[in-house]
Amino acid sequence: MRIKAMVLRILNQLRNDKRTLALILCAPLLLLTLIYFILDSSTTDLSVGIINAPQQYVERLYENNIVPIRCSESEAAQMLKEETIIASVKMISGKIYIDIDGGNSTKSNAALSAMEAAKKGMGPAMERKDLKTEVNYVYGSDDLALFDNFGSLLIGFLVFFFTFLISGISFLQERTTGTLEKLLSTPIKRWEIVTGYVLGFGAVTVIQSLIITIFVVYVLDIMMIGSLWLVLLITLLSAMTALTLGILLSTLASSEFQMIQFIPIVVVPQVFFTGLFDLSPGWSIVGRFMPLYYVADALEKIMIRGGGFRDIAFDVIVLLGLTAFFMIANTLLLRRYRRI
Amino acid sequence: MKNETDCIVMNQVNKFYGEKQVLINVDLSVPYGAIYGLLGPSGCGKTTTVKIMAGISEATSGETYVLGKPMPQLSLMNEIGYMAQSDALYMMLPAADNLEFFASIYGMKKEQYRKRIPEVMELVNLSDDLYKPVSAYSGGMKRRLSLAMSILHHPKVLILDEPTVGIDPLLRKEIWNELYKMSDSGVTILVTTHVMDEAEKCHQLAMMRQGRLIAQGTPHELQRRIGAASIEEAFIYYGGDGHAD
Ligand SMILES: Nc1ncnc2c1ncn2[C@@H]1O[C@H](COP(=O)(O)OP(=O)(O)OP(=O)(O)O)[C@@H](O)[C@H]1O
Ligand SMILES: [Mg+2]
Repeated sequence: MRIKAMVLRILNQLRNDKRTLALILCAPLLLLTLIYFILDSSTTDLSVGIINAPQQYVERLYENNIVPIRCSESEAAQMLKEETIIASVKMISGKIYIDIDGGNSTKSNAALSAMEAAKKGMGPAMERKDLKTEVNYVYGSDDLALFDNFGSLLIGFLVFFFTFLISGISFLQERTTGTLEKLLSTPIKRWEIVTGYVLGFGAVTVIQSLIITIFVVYVLDIMMIGSLWLVLLITLLSAMTALTLGILLSTLASSEFQMIQFIPIVVVPQVFFTGLFDLSPGWSIVGRFMPLYYVADALEKIMIRGGGFRDIAFDVIVLLGLTAFFMIANTLLLRRYRRI
Repeated sequence: MKNETDCIVMNQVNKFYGEKQVLINVDLSVPYGAIYGLLGPSGCGKTTTVKIMAGISEATSGETYVLGKPMPQLSLMNEIGYMAQSDALYMMLPAADNLEFFASIYGMKKEQYRKRIPEVMELVNLSDDLYKPVSAYSGGMKRRLSLAMSILHHPKVLILDEPTVGIDPLLRKEIWNELYKMSDSGVTILVTTHVMDEAEKCHQLAMMRQGRLIAQGTPHELQRRIGAASIEEAFIYYGGDGHAD
């Protein structure tokens, strides 16, 4: 019941601290919206040459902000060269062939996403493995894809960032205000303190994850072909990892400012390893040690590739493992303040 | 053994912070039901001593017994009330939430603390401020709330680190009356202080200087031994450079 008391107290504190609560719940939405509009503005008028495709598909493309232009194969090649269209599409016996200009990866990816979404709307027959869309890069190539999974990466990162900061600082304050010492003068066990924190902030991050996921998928209408529940699961795991890591590192900081100092050292570098950049094999191995790598990997699989639980099971296990590891490390580190 | 008859016993306790030794062979015993004062200048090691008694900190060497059991011990924590030198309160929360939180941590039931909280707040004269956020409390009010929190769970041993700092003389007197009442009912109380008139109110007194316990006895005994007119003089006498040992 001591854990319950801890959880209630943390929630009570947050309820009385409207600013922090707003930071957890609203700041990620604000940033996501901003970045969405900045990225979106550069990809407003994409034209795609339609060599041969059913009307339903063309209409779906149009709904996804693509301007369809009916043309012949040779006209398409010409327009691709002149950059009046970004891609051309033809459908032959149910299979879609795309010629795309990969010179601007933001645009080409937006176009590909839209075309994939349009295909999705055509019914389950299109999902067959042998009808997989064939993409041919006329210019550039797919590994230029700089912002391939930008949106999904962003969700993971923002949740991670804010949860890390807020949980870390509030645990730190517990120490600097002396309430940790007071707590340690009671029969509470160290693991009960850590668990109380994880559950208390965990409750808030459930709400946070829910809001962010729904916002991104339904309001911003980001490319999302997988299951909403899986996105929610990964967002939550991202928050849990950040939460436990934040609490852990706060034991090494002696002021709020020192906690902030962890951000450029611990949080920001993780972004470089989450698929934003194409890394040499050596550097990709470094990424395997970063929680956000697994978050971004799983989110990309669900949202862009439509993966199911089996595809992300490994990421889930790693994130759960990291959370457990950080919690145990925390309990042990608290020995610094009381051995028993 | 000594630890059978006394409530708090320290045997040859030493404490190091890194290279620095802050407690040197401290021997101390507090009888059941006594109000025991720990007196000494700033930095002499009072807080270090009481933290070891409260089980928050551990001695580098030596033994500490509370209620006949070696410290630190989780099962004893419920029997000890500890009030730290600096107020440990959740500023964002009202006093009531602070109290309820620690009451539940001490395993009190809702019916129990619903009754107990008004009692302890009455005791420290804060009944009207129960629902005020602690951030709106004055320094003395925070001190009193800390005191209320330390006695919430009816501890058998009460360890108070400079409890009356920032509390006016009238209220201080009331608080001391409460301490006497508690000691009459069998609670053992350890108070640290560097206020002389407060030291005189204790049943027994220990004087500390640079990590050593330099004298122990009733306030009266300590005075008589040096023929000083007041405990203040005794303090200066024992604390003076001429009496290191
Ligand atoms: N965490 C710590 N690390 C290193 N040294 C410490 C630590 N805590 C206390 N000390 C040192 O131990 C000595 C005794 O400190 P302590 O807090 O016990 O003094 P005190 O008698 O309570 O003083 P005051 O009356 O000012 O509260 C001091 O010299 C202090 O510098
Ligand atoms: Mg002190």
